[in-house]
Amino acid sequence: MKFWIGAALALAIGVGLPLLPVNEYVFYAGYVVLTYVVLATAWNILGGYAGYVNFGPPAFFGIGAYAAVVLFKWLGAPLGVQIAGAAFMGGAMGFGVGLLTLRLRGIFFAIATVAIIFIMETLMVNWRYVGGATGLQLLRPQVELYASYTRMLFAVIAVMAVASVAIARYVQESWIGRGLRALRDSEEAAEGCGVPTLRLKLVACTLSGALMGAAGAPMPMYLSFIEPASTFNLAYTIGSLGSAIIGGMSHWAGPIVGAILLGSLQQIITVTISNEMNVLVVGVLLVVFVVAAPEGILGLFRKVLGRTSK
Amino acid sequence: MALSLEIRGLDAGYGAVRALHGVSLSIGEKETVALLGTNGNGKSTLMKCVMGMVRPSRGDIVLNLDGQAFDLKTLSTEAIVDLGVAMVPEGRRLFPRLTVEENLLLGAYRRASRRQLGRNLEFCYEAFPVLKERRRQLAGSMSGGQQQMLAIARALMSAPKLLLVDEPSVGLAPILVSHTITKIKELKEEYGLTVLMAEQNFHQAIRIADRGSIIVHGEIVFSGTVSELEKNELVKSYYLGT
Repeated sequence: MKFWIGAALALAIGVGLPLLPVNEYVFYAGYVVLTYVVLATAWNILGGYAGYVNFGPPAFFGIGAYAAVVLFKWLGAPLGVQIAGAAFMGGAMGFGVGLLTLRLRGIFFAIATVAIIFIMETLMVNWRYVGGATGLQLLRPQVELYASYTRMLFAVIAVMAVASVAIARYVQESWIGRGLRALRDSEEAAEGCGVPTLRLKLVACTLSGALMGAAGAPMPMYLSFIEPASTFNLAYTIGSLGSAIIGGMSHWAGPIVGAILLGSLQQIITVTISNEMNVLVVGVLLVVFVVAAPEGILGLFRKVLGRTSK
Repeated sequence: MALSLEIRGLDAGYGAVRALHGVSLSIGEKETVALLGTNGNGKSTLMKCVMGMVRPSRGDIVLNLDGQAFDLKTLSTEAIVDLGVAMVPEGRRLFPRLTVEENLLLGAYRRASRRQLGRNLEFCYEAFPVLKERRRQLAGSMSGGQQQMLAIARALMSAPKLLLVDEPSVGLAPILVSHTITKIKELKEEYGLTVLMAEQNFHQAIRIADRGSIIVHGEIVFSGTVSELEKNELVKSYYLGT
């Protein structure tokens, strides 16, 4: 119940704030931060609960973005349809990655997911219809209700963020999550208990992929432009993985905390210092957390709470 | 309720390596059969074949249940668990980063087991009081003996009729081995379990077994009742090394 009150509150702020006369930059930067909330939350369903480290968020994000562009250019589809199409494509690719888990584990799985990024990028570079390597300029449609398209996109991504967190929470607290945690610890033992490991991994991969694909859908409209190099950028890997690691991977709240912290910090540093400094800060933060707080901010929080309650 | 397991002419292996050669074995209802043999002779492979985790290349594994015959060779592990078969794996194979209670809940993952979750959990805590005390502790932080108890309790969470126990003595002090075997004996007598137990420790195994089979290099070289096993010259030379 507490969760749903929080979710309703977050939704109200996400949808309502862009209606108010607040500085446009807030939404411009906030959009990116919320994109990372969706990406990190989606990544954590597979990486955090099941322990399969996916280095391929840019591939999923990218396939979502390109699916949206194709739907827009081909049919003039509205944003909602673009997002649904992107989620479908991301989910389908996730299912494929799920089949990989049959044979690949640990570092080998991680490497295979990196390969998917390059395959996707190469495909898009060579596809004229979506602009190839030079990219494609997009004209934003008219927007109603909101004062600008960016404000509307902020509201949309806010809804997606709340939805993906709700999905991740459901997975975590259900028997799906319990089974995923079991196979993270020992896949063989889980199988021996009658946990349908392959089916659970497919569900996790598909869900994770669909959410990451959906996160990519509004990006081309946000930039009014799409181009392969920046769409399939490894920065999305670092952003999703980093947010989950810094926030804490064992709980749905971890990726939110991590993404908001990391995303805001990146935005602030990019504006105040430089884009290069921003990369350095993320790197240092990751090293510090992996060494000093492998359970993330959530883990630290729990430790402190545990101490005071004793 | 009639139950029996019939293994006939089983060949199995990993890639080019053959681990089992024409293994035949049968277990009747409420019987306890010990599968005896040292490391690397195919005991665990046989267990995994029964659980559907290793696919045999030849032979049959048939579970007769209330007059119905199920060919386990064609069923998935999940379906085999649903039929009432559970395994205590070698080396315990707990979920170390999950709590004791979550480990137990995973033993009842199947839908049919979830329906009786409360009852089975209570039963396990009654049979193993130490697990109740430690139910919020991480499984990996318990002692070896407690972990073995948890592994057995986890297998019982699905209320199995046929229990496979793979080397319960591995990595335990002699006194704990004895306790573990005694506990398995109590449980099987009280709940009428049928048990197939793989074990290296001959003297502990024959304490609870009705019959035993000696497996050497993937072949059953001798099968008989416990008293036959104790007297057999072949057993002494093959297994006891005298």
